[in-house]
Amino acid sequence: MNAATNELQEIYRQRVLDHSKHPHNFRQLPTPTHEALGFNPLCGDKLKIYLQMNDDHISDVAFEGTGCAISVASASMMTEAIRGQSVAAASKLIGAAQHIFSTGMPADNKALDEVEALAGVSQYPSRIKCASLAWSTAEAALSGKTNQVSTEE
Amino acid sequence: MSQPADIKPDPIAAELDVDRLRADFPILHQEVHGCRLAYLDNAASAQRPQAVIEAISHYYTHDHANVHRGVHTLSHRATDAYEGAREKVRGFINASSQSEIVFTSGTTAAINLVAGSFGQDIHKGDEILISYMEHHSNIVPWQLLCERTGATLRVAPINRDGELLLDDMIDMITPATRLIAVAHVSNALGTVNPIEQIIEAAHLQDIPVLIDGAQAAPHASVDVQALGCDFYAFSGHKMCGPTGTGVLYGREELLDRMPPWQGGGEMILSVNFEESVYNRLPYKFEAGTPNIAGAIGLGAAIDYLQAVGMERIARYEASLLAYLTDQLATVDNIRLIGTAAHKAGVQSFVIDGIHPHDLGTVLDHQGVAIRTGHHCAMPVMEFFDIPGTARASIAFYNNRQDIDQLIKGLAVAAKMFA
Repeated sequence: MNAATNELQEIYRQRVLDHSKHPHNFRQLPTPTHEALGFNPLCGDKLKIYLQMNDDHISDVAFEGTGCAISVASASMMTEAIRGQSVAAASKLIGAAQHIFSTGMPADNKALDEVEALAGVSQYPSRIKCASLAWSTAEAALSGKTNQVSTEE
Repeated sequence: MSQPADIKPDPIAAELDVDRLRADFPILHQEVHGCRLAYLDNAASAQRPQAVIEAISHYYTHDHANVHRGVHTLSHRATDAYEGAREKVRGFINASSQSEIVFTSGTTAAINLVAGSFGQDIHKGDEILISYMEHHSNIVPWQLLCERTGATLRVAPINRDGELLLDDMIDMITPATRLIAVAHVSNALGTVNPIEQIIEAAHLQDIPVLIDGAQAAPHASVDVQALGCDFYAFSGHKMCGPTGTGVLYGREELLDRMPPWQGGGEMILSVNFEESVYNRLPYKFEAGTPNIAGAIGLGAAIDYLQAVGMERIARYEASLLAYLTDQLATVDNIRLIGTAAHKAGVQSFVIDGIHPHDLGTVLDHQGVAIRTGHHCAMPVMEFFDIPGTARASIAFYNNRQDIDQLIKGLAVAAKMFA
């Protein structure tokens, strides 16, 4: 059981649990300039991401919705990572975060230090989608797409 | 189906000799994440005994050829084995004739066959009546049919225990109702529906009834003649048979009147460019080379289940389900979803503050396999206002140790997400 418990702690690190229990920026923005809805049809989870753009910069970012610990923690970390970034920098961070989830490799980027706590999902194909949902939804919001994002497309 | 109330569990376990049965299922004897495997995802797909694996292997090793056409020895053997499996299925559900047993790829294909073929006689203004607790495979084929024809899909309600409101359903039968399609047992809730009463009420008005038996056929004996249903659909892989196998039972008189669903080889007697003459039942509905090995494996699964005894399986599972439900009820912050008086095989639940997917991952690390999510029954999840549930579902080869392992795993999850 010990090996299994250690493996579990690789996915549910303390930082992940903290973010999932007390997600940051878990609210609606009153007048967002951009927003997108992310949907995981495998589990029915839905996340809505709101962005407040000021010229080329993300001045505020928030999210709402229901999800597992991993998807909520990841969304919470995403809001912290891209707040204050330019569109180009945020896009780069999103790509780098997705790389962490799929490979488990560190990103060598200070803004993603916390996100590396989610690297353990790379071992669980069914859970990579949970971690990546918020990020792909943020990307859709950034690009001004109003369509719903699905983990299954 | 048997009720747990007046049955003491232990003598029943002894009656079934679960330990000996478990030895027949090689897949059960492995470790997952370093723990004993407790497989409690049987409603999604059951496991196979060695006898089924060997029947398929024997067929491919010794007897394979295409069926119904070759004059050579192997084709005769393959045909005999394939048609022998059809006879086993006929006996398993007590159909009156092999003509009424159509092999399909599963319950989903069986229901789509009815929607596609019987559906050709459905028109604008007609109504199809289903229930709120249907699996997507007994919703979407009817929605597609309604889109195609302008017919209307009507949905009978359920209560907070996950029971069908029978009187409401019967009240929803109108002169426009052309078919009633309802689950025998709900996959998400475990509810056993009062299909006898539904069939009786429908037949008073000459309305045919399709029963989705995917979750019932593995757990209790089914007698389609006693039920009087017009169609009964079920899957092989949920009853220890191979994936990609299933059965549509249809009353001969109805199947006879229905047009073919798919065209191709096997389903014709003669073809020329002016017209083709369709084959007799059940081949009219089996276009193309069938899943011969699958049918043979399903036949072996039926032999196995009947040797164990469907009545004994039903009694044992009822006592094990009662134990599962009792044990789950002791867990902190749990809410049982699906608390009908008549149930089989399944207990869904949610735990406050822990998402079903996280429960699924934590349990997996304790060797416990359950299903998490919406169980292809999104309207049910919406009804209970939850994104999904965790669902433990049993088979006759499960034991109390499996359930104790689940409960222990839930305690680990509770500690982790406290």
